[in-house]
Amino acid sequence: MSKDYNDNKTIQAQSSETISGGGSGATPDDIDYVKPAEVSDQDLYHGHSFITKWVFCQDAKVIGIQYFLLATFTGIIGLILSWLMRLQLGFPGLASFMTAEHYYQFVTMHGMIMVVYFLTALFLGGFGNYLIPLMTGARDMVFPYVNMVSFWMFFVAVGVLMASFFVPGGPTGSGWTLYPPQAILEGTPGSGFGIILMLVSLVLFVIGFTMGGLNYLITVLQGRARGMTLMRMPLTVWGIFTATVLAMLAFPALFVSAIMMTLDKIIGTSFFMPTILQAGEMLEYGGGSPILFQHLFWFFGHPEVYIVALPAFGIVSDLISVHSRKNIFGYRMMVWAIVAIGALSFFVWAHHMYVSGMSPWFGFFFATTTLIIAVPTALKVYNWILTLWRGNIRLNTVMLWCLGFIVTFVNGGITGIFLGNVSVDVPLSDTYFVVAHFHMVMGIAPLMVIMGAVYHWFPLVTGRLLSEKLGKWHFWFTFLGAYSIYFPMHYLGFVGVPRRYFEMYDSPYMTSATGLNEFISTAAFIVGASQFILIYNIIKSLKTGKPAGKNPWKANSLEWHTPNVPPEHGNWGDKLPVVYRWAYDYNVPGAKEDFIPQTTPPSEVKEAQVEKT
Amino acid sequence: MSDPTLDKLPGGYKGLASDFGSDQTLFKGVNWGKAMMWVFLLSDTFIFSCFLISYMKVRASVVEPWPYPSEVFALNFLGVPVPLLLIAIMTFVLITSSGTMALAVKYGYERNRKLCALFVFLTALGGLTFVGMQAFEWTKLIFHEGVRPWGNPYGAAQFGSFFFMITGFHGTHVSIGVIFLFIFARKTFRGDFDNARRGFFTSMKSDYVAIEILGLYWHFVDLVWVFIFAFFYLW
Repeated sequence: MSKDYNDNKTIQAQSSETISGGGSGATPDDIDYVKPAEVSDQDLYHGHSFITKWVFCQDAKVIGIQYFLLATFTGIIGLILSWLMRLQLGFPGLASFMTAEHYYQFVTMHGMIMVVYFLTALFLGGFGNYLIPLMTGARDMVFPYVNMVSFWMFFVAVGVLMASFFVPGGPTGSGWTLYPPQAILEGTPGSGFGIILMLVSLVLFVIGFTMGGLNYLITVLQGRARGMTLMRMPLTVWGIFTATVLAMLAFPALFVSAIMMTLDKIIGTSFFMPTILQAGEMLEYGGGSPILFQHLFWFFGHPEVYIVALPAFGIVSDLISVHSRKNIFGYRMMVWAIVAIGALSFFVWAHHMYVSGMSPWFGFFFATTTLIIAVPTALKVYNWILTLWRGNIRLNTVMLWCLGFIVTFVNGGITGIFLGNVSVDVPLSDTYFVVAHFHMVMGIAPLMVIMGAVYHWFPLVTGRLLSEKLGKWHFWFTFLGAYSIYFPMHYLGFVGVPRRYFEMYDSPYMTSATGLNEFISTAAFIVGASQFILIYNIIKSLKTGKPAGKNPWKANSLEWHTPNVPPEHGNWGDKLPVVYRWAYDYNVPGAKEDFIPQTTPPSEVKEAQVEKT
Repeated sequence: MSDPTLDKLPGGYKGLASDFGSDQTLFKGVNWGKAMMWVFLLSDTFIFSCFLISYMKVRASVVEPWPYPSEVFALNFLGVPVPLLLIAIMTFVLITSSGTMALAVKYGYERNRKLCALFVFLTALGGLTFVGMQAFEWTKLIFHEGVRPWGNPYGAAQFGSFFFMITGFHGTHVSIGVIFLFIFARKTFRGDFDNARRGFFTSMKSDYVAIEILGLYWHFVDLVWVFIFAFFYLW
């Protein structure tokens, strides 16, 4: 690659920036003074062929779109799997090809795809790559080459995962938690190639993610624009940043457990395997600890919930602020709440293991820490509502998704308080109540934020607006449909319907569940299908959408203030942005307009009563 | 290293507050690559911690007796079994290579191209010797003592499983380090850092800072070895 490198195509370091000081403020006494640049301008590799511009591209924005598209693709696979599961649950026997083995395989793949390959990749890889450099005022991620490799590792990981559908025995059917010993023993579907490919894919995903994560962290820590302090960053960046910190510390546990289980499977070690009798025969395994796997898995698994939720918290804060034309209520508290949730998430993992056999004192400890998390999360919910209060709310599609998120998140959060208590959790464990809880809180709620974010940032990425009319149809189908699916599941859980069961046959409590299951399944088909409204909307708007122009939402944050919309490689043209304020100066008393972009120097808005940030 | 703008920054707790409250960079004067390596090492620390904690957990709960390391890892020298002889030499070589790495970093900052390249090369040779001795140790354990990942004649099967997995994972780290050390010895000797020559893959210019970043990784690998040494051979 170095051979065809052309020096003329790089943006050369601009040491003059340091001297001229950008704008009028050259001395520390000036009100527009911003400290000079500490780091020389970034040297970038500009692609000049199709391959280097769109395939092996080093531009974080293109990498973000690549992540977004690939994650959406896997998400659609996950959606189709959920349809097949609902088909079986609502109308048992209707689809003759659905065997119990297939059902378990679909449950497993649906769970793993949605949590890791869809939500994590979409939020951190997709939104992270696109928004972090733009929102912090950087030219690109700090290591564009590593960033590019990160995406292609993810691509290979998805490829390996998808390959497991086509190997003898099919994909693994051990549930997305992959608990040993059953995950690798005969009798579990896909216990041959399926589980091996799953574990290999996870290892590749972690390696790829680490490469991306290093980029996100160092860009936020060391690559911000002049004037961009940590406490001026949009909450989106804070959310993605903290989630990346969690991922960098939590994924190692998954990585280690995946390696150990692969060795158990392939060469017959017994890390997780106790002494086992199978069909009257002693297996070679013995002496290992299945509980150890659960600890490792949930040490990853619980932070994983917040890896998905924190970016959603951050993004939704920005969307609410922009579309209700009001500063975010309690910005600093919002930041500290994100950090506190992130820190606490490492001390709660065993609440997933109340029924695994633990000392009751352990349960007591983990129940306490779990319930403490309710404090910062509740704080965030109050702050979102207080941001809306007396705001100039624009009830557009983006805002609808945000409101949908708040409602859904509160709903899912409250059931979390049920499940966080040991004595309440034990009877509810492994019922549909749990399914309803986590789908509400980490499935539907973050998904609503993703949808809102797509409607919000589509004009930035493509220069065209999405259709509002189709967007509202999409929202109402999804919102009402999601509640039709998951509300009845709470009831099913209370009745005692166990999750992960292929068919209920003639169990006594099933008579009341049959009708509900049919209803849920029908709703699931409609909700799933209504997602194609979005895809249609995107394809249609790419061609015929209304041109968005610059900054259609009148937002303050830096990504809308690039010289070109959509932004080009290098983001900022010749001159890097200088930041004078936080991203939330909306409806400031005394200001001429109802928003003051982050790049507006104080001398231009002297009459406005801005908050000092 | 001594950047005049950095000396003006406040120190102590005030310095901490001013760094966190400042724009552009949190760690003042820290190169991007160096910051990245520290964060990566933090993540890698979690990986090794998970490995070692799993090992401790299983060793504590396993029913069969744990093999006695002084016997298993003994080496016959002049007909007398000397416990930990090979491990002592391996550890000595690896720690020495850390010393040569430190010298390489020093000469790098003095922009002494030849001596820097020489010491990076010596470090690589030290690493290679370590990996070679590890291969010898593995061969001895597997073919002469009958220790396998799935079982061994001395006791709990997990002894071999954890030993091969963790030392193997560490050995992989050392091997990757050796490859990079050889590459950077050549790059240094060729004068890439003095001529601002662009990298083959990344097309980016690099600096003698690259040697320090490589040094961070190498010292980390050494530090991990100290823990593995303590938990496997001394416990």
